Amino acid sequence: MKVLMFGWEFPPNITGGLGTACYGLTRGLAHNNIETIFVVPKAYGDEDQSFVQLKDAEKTKIFQTRQEFSDFWEKITYLEVNSSLLPYLDPVEYKKFINEQYKISQSEIKEQAFETNFKFSGKYGKDLITEVTRYALIAGTIAQENNFDIIHAHDWLTYPAGIAAKAFSGKPLVIHVHATEFDRSGENINQTIYDIERKGMEEADRIITVSNLTKQIVIDRYGINPDKIHTVHNAVEPVELAEFAFNKNFDEKIVTFLGRITFQKGPEYFIEAANKVLKKDRNVRFVMAGTGDMLHRSIDRVAKLRISDKFHFAGFLRPDMVNKLFSISDVYVMPSVSEPFGISPLEALRTNVPVIISKQSGVSEILNHAIKIDFWDIDEMANSIYGLLHYEGISNMFKKHGKTEVDNLKWENAARKVIDVYKTLINQ
Amino acid sequence: MESVCFYFQVHQPFRLKRYSFFDIGGDDEYFDQYSNKTILKKVAEKCYIPTNNLFLELIKRYGKEFKISYSLSGVFIDQLEKYAPQVLDSFIELAETGNVEFLSETFSHSLAALKSQKEFEHQVGLHKEKIKKYFKQTPTVFRNTELIYSDRIGDMVQNMGYKGMITEGAKQILGWKSPNFVYANAVNPKLKLLLKNYTLSDDIAFRFSNRDWNEWPLTTEKYVDWLNSAKTSQDSVINLFMDYETFGEHQWADSGIFKFMEALPERLLNHSSYKFLKPSEVLKKYDVVSPLSIPNEISWADEERDLTAWLGNDLQYDAFDKLYALEEQVYKKGDEKLLKDWLYLQTSDHFYYMCTKWFSDGDVHKYFNPYDTPYVAYINYMNVLSDFMIRLNK
Repeated sequence: MKVLMFGWEFPPNITGGLGTACYGLTRGLAHNNIETIFVVPKAYGDEDQSFVQLKDAEKTKIFQTRQEFSDFWEKITYLEVNSSLLPYLDPVEYKKFINEQYKISQSEIKEQAFETNFKFSGKYGKDLITEVTRYALIAGTIAQENNFDIIHAHDWLTYPAGIAAKAFSGKPLVIHVHATEFDRSGENINQTIYDIERKGMEEADRIITVSNLTKQIVIDRYGINPDKIHTVHNAVEPVELAEFAFNKNFDEKIVTFLGRITFQKGPEYFIEAANKVLKKDRNVRFVMAGTGDMLHRSIDRVAKLRISDKFHFAGFLRPDMVNKLFSISDVYVMPSVSEPFGISPLEALRTNVPVIISKQSGVSEILNHAIKIDFWDIDEMANSIYGLLHYEGISNMFKKHGKTEVDNLKWENAARKVIDVYKTLINQ
Repeated sequence: MESVCFYFQVHQPFRLKRYSFFDIGGDDEYFDQYSNKTILKKVAEKCYIPTNNLFLELIKRYGKEFKISYSLSGVFIDQLEKYAPQVLDSFIELAETGNVEFLSETFSHSLAALKSQKEFEHQVGLHKEKIKKYFKQTPTVFRNTELIYSDRIGDMVQNMGYKGMITEGAKQILGWKSPNFVYANAVNPKLKLLLKNYTLSDDIAFRFSNRDWNEWPLTTEKYVDWLNSAKTSQDSVINLFMDYETFGEHQWADSGIFKFMEALPERLLNHSSYKFLKPSEVLKKYDVVSPLSIPNEISWADEERDLTAWLGNDLQYDAFDKLYALEEQVYKKGDEKLLKDWLYLQTSDHFYYMCTKWFSDGDVHKYFNPYDTPYVAYINYMNVLSDFMIRLNK
């Protein structure tokens, strides 16, 4: 069995949990002898060079870069598509970002992408929806020129690509819902994105959701038939703890928040809870790692509460620094307002850090040894933080059983469930 | 008699290095040696050395007719000792001519006057020692960081024995009054005040090379005409106060700023009745015309001429309050390195970097700012301060 998979980012160039999940999943599939052609829009890094390639290569193959990623990649062909798709940006932010990056005038934007034979002006499209459409057209070409049995598309940016690939090849389409527009934006959804999501779900032969919570949203908010939706929870690979042993240089215990500092992740609840804990106990430091559109507001709040000597912003951390931070953390808090899954508590647990997670997260469906609270309940959050910091009975128990629990969640197991979903389509 | 009083502020902060959360508790070297050294050497080459040489030459040429004054912050002198001793020697040479006056200020170029009288007085003392040591002068005129002044600060300064203080001729305090006279502190009239004539100062400091300015290019003929027309029936003094970096750094050499300064004494001495005076001479020569009441702090910064460049948002208030809450503990501990870091952490520039006023039109200020945003500046400062607190509590 061979899978044509559409993603939007891949390690090491990742901005969030999705890249990690795709990496884990393809690895798990490889482990189960499934071949994958993984297509990603090219990460921004060396676009200038590819402009030239694109121009010269007009009307020829769009994807030219084949990279052997590392040894276990034998079964996975890695394809980069030249596109400036960026995860986690809505069309408005995207436009802002792209304009800053490329400083291209509006008039140049229009001529691209919707033309049937991919005429490239040598510049990238600056409109996110345009890019998504362009990606879909490219996907059609890829689908015609490769052999595979099934199409697998991750999240809304790649749904049109998946639909196009299905139209060109006649092969079944599986879409993988890691997050919906309701998770990202609350009730203020972007209608265009919603429409794309819904279209993808309707066209898909099977839908994989990362949690039952997400499955329910797909049913309730998008009106999709529950029979074609399957939940496959994410996993995390075990790590050797000794690898990133790091000594902290102060006595205080550390409580950590890690993630994009955006509405979805609930950073403000973490700050308010920190303030409450610090009123009782000054012998603790809070760390907020990550960046996002609520960063400045969060810093302002911390300054206003006058807790900045005990509340630190660590910025965006590379994976090795994340592990370093976990290795000195005493409690990890994920106060997400809406979290389809939430892989980071698993990463915390595998490094022996007890976790507090919001009930509004998919990961709470599979974790037993964690404190589960409502994201808005800052009193309970503060109370739980204090408890885990001071009462060894519970923190030791969480460490012990939490790690075992997580170590049993392997990507190869999750991949097996995905393969079961594939089989329902191929054997038809 | 009419006179012109030149005063130059010379200051460089010890900039912090990028100090992450992970460094807290494990790294007590806070300052960015490389960039401090590079910046100082660059500015020395573009400004300090050529301008000092020009003034030495002018003093040689005009003898007692040409006089100027400086305020060198203690942290600046510390950096000269470390990175550019030849510049320090050239300031000493200027002092030896007898035509150059050095003013008092806080050692750290700090905002201590706003928070702690004890720390303020301590720093003024440290700075005075430093000036005496190198320039063999005991200052009698005071200038506070960024010309920050109020009745209360003036009173403090007089009680330390100073005869006069220089500050901004801010419109909101002068109203219809002219900055070209000597005033006195409203609560302690023993302290005389010299006020910056910001129009004539900024013509040189800010507008000199601005080609959109309708008076560009500024010639010495034109400038001396303006000085002549500023004369009144009463004896007056035009106080021209500016950053020393005006010469060669803010106004580049190719703008003609050095040639302008070189030609100015000639033109002024031959085509007007103005004389050059040092601040202490102005205080002796002129009578006070009236007291000036300034209950709220003023400064020479921005249009507002207030404190909001350093203390205007929560980031700044928080960092500032957290820092000064440590004062007692620092002195109780008495550790030498801690005391030095304590001084360097008080430099006003650290708070200036956290200012959010210029999100829209930040060009001038960005130039002086090593951080991308005030938020980054704040986080970096607080990380350092957190480490400092850990060391204090050890």
